Amino acid sequence: MRVANKGLTQGARVIPFTFDGRGYSGLEGDTLASALLGEGVRLVGRSFKYHRPRGVLSAGSEEPNALVTVEGVPNTRATVQEIWDGMAARSQNAWPRLELDALGVNDLLAPFLGAGFYYKTFMWPRPFWERVYEPFIRRAAGLGHLSGKADGAPFEKAWAFCDLLVIGAGPAGLMAALAAGRAGADVILADEGSRMGGRLLAETDPVDGRAPHLWAESVLAELAAMPNVRLMPRTAVTGVYDGGTYGALERVGLHGRARADLPQECFWRIVARRAVLAAGAIERPLAFPDNDRPGIMLAGAVRAYLNRWGVVAGPRVAVYGNNDDAHRTARDLAQAGLKVAALIDMRGEARVEGAAYPVLTGARVTGTSGRLGLRSIRVDGLGGPRELEVDCLAVSGGWTPSVHLTCHLGAKPVWDDRLQAFRPRDGAVPGMVVAGSAAGRLTTAACLADGLRAAAEVLGDLGRTVPPMELPAAEDAPHAVAPFTVGEGSRQFVDFQNDVTVKDIRLSAQEGFQSVEHMKRYTTLGMATDQGKTANLPAMAVLAEALGSPVAATGTTTFRPPFVPVPIAALGAGGQGAGFAPQRFTTSHEASVQRGAAMTEAGLWYRPSYFPRPGEATWRQACDREVDMVRHAVGVCDVSTLGKIDIQGPDAAAFLDFVYANTFSTLPRGKVRYGLMLREDGFVMDDGTTARLGDRHYLMTTTTAAAAQVMRHLDFVAQVLRPDLDVQVLSVTEQWAQFSVAGPWSRELLQSVVDADLSDAALPYMGCAEVEVMGVRGRVFRISFSGERAFEVAVPARHGAALWRLLVAQAESLGGGPYGLEALNVLRIEKGFITHAEIHGRTTAFDIGMERMVSKAKDCVGWAASRRPGLLEEDREQLVGLRPVARSGQLTAGAHLYGRDAAATRVNGQGYVTSVCWSPSFDTSLGLGFLKGGRARHGEVVRLVDAMRSVETLCEVTDPVFLDPEGGRMRG
Amino acid sequence: MRVTCPYCGERDRREFTIQGDDTSLRRPGRDAGAEAWHAHVHLRDNPAGRLREMWYHDPCGAWIVVERDTVTHAVHGSVPAREAAR
Repeated sequence: MRVANKGLTQGARVIPFTFDGRGYSGLEGDTLASALLGEGVRLVGRSFKYHRPRGVLSAGSEEPNALVTVEGVPNTRATVQEIWDGMAARSQNAWPRLELDALGVNDLLAPFLGAGFYYKTFMWPRPFWERVYEPFIRRAAGLGHLSGKADGAPFEKAWAFCDLLVIGAGPAGLMAALAAGRAGADVILADEGSRMGGRLLAETDPVDGRAPHLWAESVLAELAAMPNVRLMPRTAVTGVYDGGTYGALERVGLHGRARADLPQECFWRIVARRAVLAAGAIERPLAFPDNDRPGIMLAGAVRAYLNRWGVVAGPRVAVYGNNDDAHRTARDLAQAGLKVAALIDMRGEARVEGAAYPVLTGARVTGTSGRLGLRSIRVDGLGGPRELEVDCLAVSGGWTPSVHLTCHLGAKPVWDDRLQAFRPRDGAVPGMVVAGSAAGRLTTAACLADGLRAAAEVLGDLGRTVPPMELPAAEDAPHAVAPFTVGEGSRQFVDFQNDVTVKDIRLSAQEGFQSVEHMKRYTTLGMATDQGKTANLPAMAVLAEALGSPVAATGTTTFRPPFVPVPIAALGAGGQGAGFAPQRFTTSHEASVQRGAAMTEAGLWYRPSYFPRPGEATWRQACDREVDMVRHAVGVCDVSTLGKIDIQGPDAAAFLDFVYANTFSTLPRGKVRYGLMLREDGFVMDDGTTARLGDRHYLMTTTTAAAAQVMRHLDFVAQVLRPDLDVQVLSVTEQWAQFSVAGPWSRELLQSVVDADLSDAALPYMGCAEVEVMGVRGRVFRISFSGERAFEVAVPARHGAALWRLLVAQAESLGGGPYGLEALNVLRIEKGFITHAEIHGRTTAFDIGMERMVSKAKDCVGWAASRRPGLLEEDREQLVGLRPVARSGQLTAGAHLYGRDAAATRVNGQGYVTSVCWSPSFDTSLGLGFLKGGRARHGEVVRLVDAMRSVETLCEVTDPVFLDPEGGRMRG
Repeated sequence: MRVTCPYCGERDRREFTIQGDDTSLRRPGRDAGAEAWHAHVHLRDNPAGRLREMWYHDPCGAWIVVERDTVTHAVHGSVPAREAAR
């Protein structure tokens, strides 16, 4: 119900919304929780396990009970969600409806459903667990349901940087931000609330002689006017990471109807040189029988709803606590004209002066009634038990500092007897200072002073000083609290969200799960979406009592990020669909797509697999035709994706000699050489060709896959291994478009666009030249990856698209055309050329038959290790060709090789297959693979077995070069 | 984690590729023998505490030697590998 003349939302716009299909209205600034309370709705959900009716417990992100589904988003905290015009919210975990829930029967079965019940009961028959029990339990228990659909709503992620991050905009945070702002520091003030001010919005005790929210407003106005201060409301700092990096979740669009152009939430990574944690404190509930009925709320929350939102859960309220702060709730309620049925303080020694309501000290609440909402409480104290009719019971077990973020880097909090709670350990997070009630300073005056102290401390680190500031006057009443104690009787809930009771925790201790971490896992305490924010400390106290040890000795469970739930969609924002990874396109991409090429991913690049022609039904038909075309006419292929690295300097030749296993200093100008690069452990890293463009100028090509790795490696060699060499290396992969022109007519084709003489005499095999390509300065390399006479022509990338269209058109006039990766692969397998399928990181130069290339005359990366014992043995698996004995025999990559008559077992393994293709040139399948002692076994028949695909084929072992072993076609 | 590139300044760790400790700065001679090369290629200490590591700053192409505490994750400074290698 609304309380007359109360609340900061008075006079605000009326906002209609629905809950479970019924229309309600609230005021702008209301959360769903405050709006529902204002409308007299106490029952908002059913509990996780027992389906007990539950209502709003808290007024913040710690809420365990009031979880609802808003516009399809499950487990939304009603205490955080702001209402907006036409918002539709639904209750969870109730069927057929909230007031009448069939599985409420679970509550009657509660004596049998305690902690560990699943593990003990659903033991047999074993297969039933997966098929029957678990699906049933999952349906019966649980909170909101996922839609099962992809989340189409927009999310965002972003970075921010600042000198000082202030976490929390209550009295301590505001004071710290104000001091830092005035000192000129670059400040971000983040607060999870929709309106900044923290408890200042929820209290009535004046600050600086004004209502506390007015003081907060004036500070916020000053901060908002400072160019060096950024205010981030609705932003919960969720995690602390190394080096002053903080995760934070901003609710950007959740307080309005979803819009395509507005992210729902944004996940921030905030890098701060220093931080002040002013996250406040969370109130603890108390344990007594049936302490979970709708209408039983935290005392501080009751005060917040009254003072900030002007609502209360009912006209008759009782307050129950073990500390002084609870008294303030009774006072505020009475001042607002509400009937306070009683202020019940467990402590016999508690004193209240001049109260206008009954005060029962040394008394306890021993039970409650009301099926769907609190109707009455039973109080036992001086003068015997009595029954009080109330709609709302405000409970307070004292305040627990929000230490969560201080523990994210591994620090444990320390027990504080005065607070009866844990407080942050000093220096828990490098660069972070904790201030205010998060540090255990619970009065407003102490928070304000502590905020200023924290600011001065961190500003000193930042080389700034706080200008003289006066602390505003504020309440500074003592805050005594009694230790947490447990009442008599059953159904005393501790973790409301996971339905864990005092009895469950005692059972855990009794059954040997006595470490706090074991208790947590046995009972599931603190493992729900609220991570036990209200439950943890009471649970530790119950466990400590059960074990007869102090809470300090029991310790806490581990606090891990995130502080509040973070949607995966926010963490991975931008990573869906096309945004999953960057895309790299060649200059011929558009033309290839226009021709209907099937594009495939090669790393981040997109390359054409094949270019289908009308009438071709399968990729194989297109591929076979393209192979034939290259073998008998001419084909054009974009090879720009290969890494191109420009190497210049007086020591360029020495550098390459050191990087490559073979020698490049002897390479004449205008020549290209195949090079093999080793890792320091002696295995092959990459291969490619390198051209000598000048005395001090080389151009290296790498495989597409290894381009980045090789570039990193060359930088490593130049900077770390050989800083003595005067050489510069630079990736020019994207600066040049390069096309392969291959086939018997390749020279004729290329000659049509290049004026320079391309004859064997002028440009022999493995020659290179700088040429004019249609008036553009380009380069031609006489190299072949197909076994045919072939050239690669390169032009600056801006001319790539034009040259590609020209080359394809000319090729077609010669009976050729473009070819894709599939044909490229067939052509190279027929010729026995290797790719990373063969040099896969576990093969040596010896294995691929190139050990003679490893020059003995010089040192190179990997030279010493490549001579290690075991790397040059004749029985190593060596590269071979494989051809099925029966022409139609099937070969599969990944299959294993065995002796002709040996069983296909691990110990009999002789090798494996790395690459296969259907070869139109030989009218059979061909393969490359590795076979023990393979070079000496040409002509032998081995058995290929692919257990995954049930393939068995007899193969003849051959030389890896099937086509034109003498190389006449390439050279001629 | 934040790492300082001597050329570019402090950057998020996502901009870097880490290679391992700085053993590679002490490359044995070609003929140092199998044992020395085995130790160089394969054997690494795994100290709890300060460790010098080789990091590559992908955007600028600099190899740097970063001193980092494996217990606290604190970064205690970095120098260009080119200088450390001389």
